[in-house]
Order: sequence, then structure tokens, then C-alpha cells
Amino acid sequence: MAIVVKRAKLSLLEKLYFPALIGGLLITIRHFKNMFFGKTKVTMQYPEERWDEHLPPHYRGAPTLVTDEVGRERCVACQLCEFICPSRAITIHPEEIPAHEKWGKVEKRPKTFEIDMVRCIYCGMCQEVCPEQAIFLRKDYLVIGYSRKEMVHDKARLYELGGVMDGLVLKWNEKK
Amino acid sequence: MDCTQIYQIVMMPEVFLVWTSLAKILGLLGIVLGLVSYTVYAERRVSAFIQDRLGPNRVGPQGLIQPIADAFKLVLKENFMPAGVNKFFYYIAPKLSMIPAILVLAVLPFGSTLLGVPMVIAGIDIGVLWVFAVSSLGVYGIVLAGWASNSKYSFLGGIRSSSQMISYELSLGLSVIPVFMVVGTLNLPEIVLYQVKNGWLIAPFWPQGFDLAKLAENPGGAWEMVVASFAAGFSLQKLLLWVPLFLSFIVFLVSIFAETNRAPFDLPEAEQELVAGYHTEYSSMGFALFFLGEYAAMIAASGVIVTLFLGGWSLPLVPDGSAESFFGLSFVPGWLAGVLWGFVNIGVFFGKVIALLLFMIWVRWTVPRFRYDQLMKLGWYFFFELALFNILLTALVLIFVP
Repeated sequence: MAIVVKRAKLSLLEKLYFPALIGGLLITIRHFKNMFFGKTKVTMQYPEERWDEHLPPHYRGAPTLVTDEVGRERCVACQLCEFICPSRAITIHPEEIPAHEKWGKVEKRPKTFEIDMVRCIYCGMCQEVCPEQAIFLRKDYLVIGYSRKEMVHDKARLYELGGVMDGLVLKWNEKK
Repeated sequence: MDCTQIYQIVMMPEVFLVWTSLAKILGLLGIVLGLVSYTVYAERRVSAFIQDRLGPNRVGPQGLIQPIADAFKLVLKENFMPAGVNKFFYYIAPKLSMIPAILVLAVLPFGSTLLGVPMVIAGIDIGVLWVFAVSSLGVYGIVLAGWASNSKYSFLGGIRSSSQMISYELSLGLSVIPVFMVVGTLNLPEIVLYQVKNGWLIAPFWPQGFDLAKLAENPGGAWEMVVASFAAGFSLQKLLLWVPLFLSFIVFLVSIFAETNRAPFDLPEAEQELVAGYHTEYSSMGFALFFLGEYAAMIAASGVIVTLFLGGWSLPLVPDGSAESFFGLSFVPGWLAGVLWGFVNIGVFFGKVIALLLFMIWVRWTVPRFRYDQLMKLGWYFFFELALFNILLTALVLIFVP
């Protein structure tokens, strides 16, 4: 069945088109005026203005390694994050901690820990899978470099970005 | 040859005409080409502000050097020619769209006089006919570009533009006839002089014999003098003529929008439908020429509107280049006062042109594009008839109201 679309009956004023045109012009000039006098504030001028303070608490930035308040590197090189990483951005070479050292009871630590930030997709699965609360996605979103090599975060860089995190479970303090 | 001989040769009428014309051509071209690039900048900034964006604001303070950066980029780009184009017409089309726009400038009086030299490159008696004849040549550039590009988008753009421009040429030409019936000449400088004397055609209520010097002598009688001079400048005929002249201004303005392919009549390049219309297949300076041609046409068209309806270089109470004093300052000699007022007149002309350009930009970012049949209907059923009726109205007023 054919559907008859009802056209609205236009009054003479509407048919003349000019009143509507002037109304439209007034709307656009209002937008222009508000923008010109700085009343409209929409665009963030990126390099000068940043949205750091507007970042939500759950924001997922670059993954980093953290140390705790007793100064121990949290990572025990279990390599779970390496296995879970969907884009295979993480490469870990574990090493043994000599028994005479302070944290010798932990047995393992990463000799090298590299995250290729070109591959990282900021999914946060490494943080989720970590049994030691060692890897966290921090709010750094500015990961830049002039070469692919520069884009690989090594262990030193990861600890530098991660820093110290308070209030984590200190399960290795009680043993031995 | 010594200095006096050189001076005599330079001041010979023929030689004088040649070098003053050359100077005027260079000056006007410089101003207009600069204005073109900054109109592009204004277009981008105004459109951005209207849409709550910022627009180009990085290159230089407030992005003011952006046009130069853009020109530099366009010059460095490869001039790519697609396969299967008609080479001759493909090359010649951008030039054909740029040249007519600039040729129109030749007859526009862009100022009063400087040291007695009229500020118009060619004050010919067929001024307005020249404008129409040359500006309608602009359609060739677009049609040839559309046809020679061997692309369906360009082709559709070319076809649309040919029918659109030819249709609106009609109402464009007819809508200015009332102006000539009132003024009685086609010579653009004389039309401006008429408006200086009788008030702008868009607002013809101009006092007769109003003089600031006399007012300064007798400040007590200021009000009576203003009223008396306005009454002297008023007549029933002027009031009645104002109606058809305003109508013809509206029709002319809308037709100019269609002629210069500006929104809401930018069907030849409707980017949502035709990519970029007739200049889809152009790159580098070919594209730049189309772009510049479009904006130069806008400027030329604004100049024509200003000259015909908005009083050209005249502003109320501002004297022309033959003035002898500059605000009554005693240290300014008579010739310098004339030169200063001459420059003020040029500034007034370009100020009006810029205001009109901003209006065109404003309208472009307000009004949605017309559908093709609506465009044709508007041109043929409405503006054509309105312009014809307008001529009749003007004639009746001129005959029956003395």
C-alpha cells in the first residue's frame, strides 16, 4: 500500500524563506560572537593545555613497574603478563636472586623487562593478571620516540615511570 | 636629456595615461590578490567560529601567516594530470576561471581621485555591460574543467554550473536595469558620483547642502539645519523608488551568490555529492587557480555590488580627493589633504567590499544548499519575474511621480 506523506502547509511567511534565513543568520552570528569573545570553550589547545587533571581514575596509560614502600621491586619474573599480553609487547628474561641478598627468599627477578610501546594496546590485561601487584597502567599517555628502539621501554625506564606505590600487599615480608 | 625634458615626456597625456594606468593596475592587483588570500583565511576562521571550532590559529599570531604557508605548500605540490584528460582544455580551464574575475576589476572605481588621477583603471561608458560580458566568461573555465577532466564528478559539476550560471545571468542583468533607469548611465564612476550627490541607492535619503563647516560656525542651529537639509534631499519620487531599488538589490545579491557559486548555490562543487565538483581532478597550482579565481570573483562581485548599490567609495560627510583641507589642520597643505582623503576613499571602498565578503561567508555557513530543481525554480519562476516586475515598477514611478 502506498504511503502518502503529509506535507506541512506552509504559511506565506514561511514560504517567503527570508524570515527563516534571518533567523538562521542570527543563530550563526550568536555562535560566532560567543566564540569570538571566548565564551564558548570547547577546543583544548593540546600542547599548551593538557587534560591531565581531567583524566578519570580508571584511565589506562602506559604500563609501568612499581616498587613498594620497603624498596623492593615487586616483579618476581613469573612471566604471566608476557603470556597474557594480546599483542605480545612484553619480553621478560628472568634471573635468580642470589641467596645472600636481602630479598633472596623471593628467588626470581627480571633481568630484563621490556615493553614495546609500539605494540602495546593499553588493554590492562598485564595489570589484571599480575599476582604480585607489580605492573600498573599509569596515566602517562605521551609515549614518543624518534625510532622504534626508543619506543621500547626497558626495565630502568619502567621503574622510573612507575615509581613507588604505597599500600600494596607486602606478602614477602613475613616469610623466613 | 635633463630633468625638465623627462618631466615633459612623463607628463605628456598619452605617456601619463600609460604609467598611471600601470601603477593603478599593479596597486589594485596587489590589494586584490592579498585580499583573496586573506578572504580564504577569513572563510576558514569565520566558519570555524560559527561551528564552535577555532580554525587555523597556529601559523603566526592568530594564524595570520596561514595563507602564505598554504600558498607555499600548493606551489611545492606535484601538478598531477590524470590519464585520459583533454590536455589543452585541462590546462587552459584554471586560467579561464581566474582571468575574468580579475578583468572585472578594470572598470570598478575603487577610489575617488589621487592628485587628480581618477582611481579607476578604465572609466569606460559601457562599464556594467563589461562586467556582465566578462564575468559570464567565467563559466567557460568551469565547464571546460568539468568536461576536460574525464571524471564523472567534474562532469556533473560542470553541467550544473553551466545551467546555473546562465540561468542566473538573466536575473542578474535584469535586476540592475532599474539602477540605470534611475541614474541614467552605465558608467560606473558616474553611478558612484550620482550616489555621492543623492545618497546611496540602497538608502537614498541624503541631505542636500549639508555642510560640516557651516554647522561648526553655527552650532546653535544644528538641529534646524539637519532637518532642513534632510527635507531638501527628500522627495516622494525618491521614497517610492526606494522600493524597487531595494528589491533589485536583493535580487542582484542573490544572483551574485549564484554567479560566484557560493553557498547556498554552490551546486557545481557540492562536496557532499560531487567530491569537489569541477576541480576534483586538479592538483597543485591548477587547483590553486580555481580557488583563487573563485575568491577573486567574490571580490569583484562585491565590488560591483558596492559600486552599484552601496555608494562605492563614498561615505557620508567624507570628502573626495579634490578636498583642500584635512580636518582644518593648518600644517597639512592642500594637495596632501586631497591625497589623504583619496586614500580614505580607497579604504572606504575596500572596507565595504570586506564587509560584503564577510556577509557572503556568514551566509555560506548558515544556509543549507538548495536542491537543483529548487535552484532552477527560484531563478526562473521567482527572481526572473521579480526583476521584470521591478523594471515596470521603476518605470511607473519615474513616469507618474515627478
